[in-house]
Amino acid sequence: MNRIRLFDHLVLMFGVFIMVAPVVVAFMTSTHEAADIHRNGLSLTWGDHFAETYDKVLTRKGGFTGEITGARMIWNSMILGVGFAAGKIVLSMLAAYAIVYFRFRLGTLFFWMIFTTLLLPLEVRIVPSYEVMNKLALTNTYTGLIVPLLASATGTFFFRQFFKSVPEELLEAARIDGAGPFKFFIDVLVPLSRTMIAAIFIIMFVYGWNQYLWPTLMTTDERFFTLVRGIKQILLVWVGSNIPDYNEAFALAILAMLPPVMIVLIFQRWFIKGLTESDK
Amino acid sequence: MASIGIRDVSKIYNGGVTAVSAVNIDIADGEFIVLVGPSGCGKSTLLRMVAGLETISQGEVTIGGRTVNDIDPADRDIAMVFQNYALYPHMTVYENLAYGLKNRRTPKAEIEARVAEAARMLELQPYLERKPRALSGGQRQRVAMGRAIVRKPSAFLFDEPLSNLDAKLRVSMRGEIKRLQRRVGTTSIYVTHDQLEAMTLADRLVVLSGGRIEQIGRPLDVYHRPATTFVASFIGSPAMNLVNGEVHGSKLALGPALIDLGAAVPTQGAVTVGLRAEDLRLHDDGQGGLPFRIDYVEELGAQRLVHGMVGDQPLVAALSSEIPLPETASLSIAPSRLHFFDTASGRRIDWSAEAAGPVAAAVVSEVVA
Repeated sequence: MNRIRLFDHLVLMFGVFIMVAPVVVAFMTSTHEAADIHRNGLSLTWGDHFAETYDKVLTRKGGFTGEITGARMIWNSMILGVGFAAGKIVLSMLAAYAIVYFRFRLGTLFFWMIFTTLLLPLEVRIVPSYEVMNKLALTNTYTGLIVPLLASATGTFFFRQFFKSVPEELLEAARIDGAGPFKFFIDVLVPLSRTMIAAIFIIMFVYGWNQYLWPTLMTTDERFFTLVRGIKQILLVWVGSNIPDYNEAFALAILAMLPPVMIVLIFQRWFIKGLTESDK
Repeated sequence: MASIGIRDVSKIYNGGVTAVSAVNIDIADGEFIVLVGPSGCGKSTLLRMVAGLETISQGEVTIGGRTVNDIDPADRDIAMVFQNYALYPHMTVYENLAYGLKNRRTPKAEIEARVAEAARMLELQPYLERKPRALSGGQRQRVAMGRAIVRKPSAFLFDEPLSNLDAKLRVSMRGEIKRLQRRVGTTSIYVTHDQLEAMTLADRLVVLSGGRIEQIGRPLDVYHRPATTFVASFIGSPAMNLVNGEVHGSKLALGPALIDLGAAVPTQGAVTVGLRAEDLRLHDDGQGGLPFRIDYVEELGAQRLVHGMVGDQPLVAALSSEIPLPETASLSIAPSRLHFFDTASGRRIDWSAEAAGPVAAAVVSEVVA
């Protein structure tokens, strides 16, 4: 028994090591100076430049226009991630609600149409999508960043499956209790979907946070740059004798990791609560 | 409170399947009606048509004299109790009870008063702040009933509310429902497949089979005078024995025995004879009577159910546990306790043994072939 548990722990520790070690290395390296890193490569020791580097990354105005700071980029990424996740959830819940609870003509056809878009990633439609946004003069706006990515077959599919598992009697009880379609949705379905919403929020936030291609295409104005773009930007300066600011890139990468980790930490409590408490 | 009228109501599903056909029931104000039948007999469909959860294909449903065919369930002034309770899992008991009232924009003070009253009636006060999942099955069922009571509707509709409970709880909840309905005096329709529940709760029973009404009547009337072989076999436990016999004049040939009925039955020839297990007695001397080959015995404590054969037909007799069983028994029955049904249609054939004067026990003699 004990030996089995010891082995289990070893496996887990190995997994943790593989997951965490690169992060630790990145963090430690980010506390050194750029020249130092360039000379000695990655390091596992504390480099005494922690406050300096992070302060610089967060507050120094950089870029061509000298207007963009790390904090600003975090803010932009946050808007993109939250807007993306929240928008997707609202949109896919409404779509699933329509598909499951309303009998309209060609309902199944629409569902399958939405479902097949799973097969079409953003990259396939990126040029036309850009064209549309450009014509609508929505490039370099948050709207342009978020809206074209909102339609979500995955979300719609998840919520559809979930709504189908909600007992029919709840709908009937609500109808007799005088709740119309809107009230039923708000008062019964949304609260029941809490755990589902939390799960999808985690997935979608991280997905939105890590978006690279679309923000790169949509934003030419540095005020709308996201973190992921910012990291790229730092490493692009290798011209002539300039050494890229490795320390800043690492620091930004560490910072970029924090919000998704926090979102997961916050929502996982809901998530686990939802899994362990069975409603019935 | 209101009377409910169900006139020529049918439910025909897409594809032509008829679930309920031309049902007529008049329910008086304050009456407790039980719809009973085997699964698939259309009883739930009928109830759901009254509730407005199913559209009515044909016919008319009135509640309090108002035709409700095209009225939303919420506006029919009814409340429904579901088999799986259908409580809102994310709301506390209090919120569950108050939800229907809130949607009707009832003033807050009144909601509180009504919920408090219902909670007191159902002894739910200690649980008002709990979520349904923290309640036992019986408590959940009481919340579901409370949700109906607070609305003070014209009618309660119960859709097999007790079938998810264990046997013991079911008996006590049955009593509770009956008492509650007496107290608030609300017209009720109750659907069940359990004939015992039906017998104990109903002011009047409606026995359904295959979407049609087999019989409507007070429980004891239905029990003592079943209109068809279906009702006879469905109501009562154990089920009524139905055996094939032949009537010749005022004599009935039953397997190897010949029973003198003392009066003519208005039919001749082949007939289905119904005998209640509890009407059968052990024939004293073991001679004459219905010769009964005992197969096996079920001991129930207060009585025993003796399964056996009369001729080549199975029969169940409910006998006292105190009388020792002989090896080969013979049974007797008062002729007035016999039921006759048309073999072809299954309809009851009315006759009256009393008209021929009192006959204490059937005079039985062996058939000489």
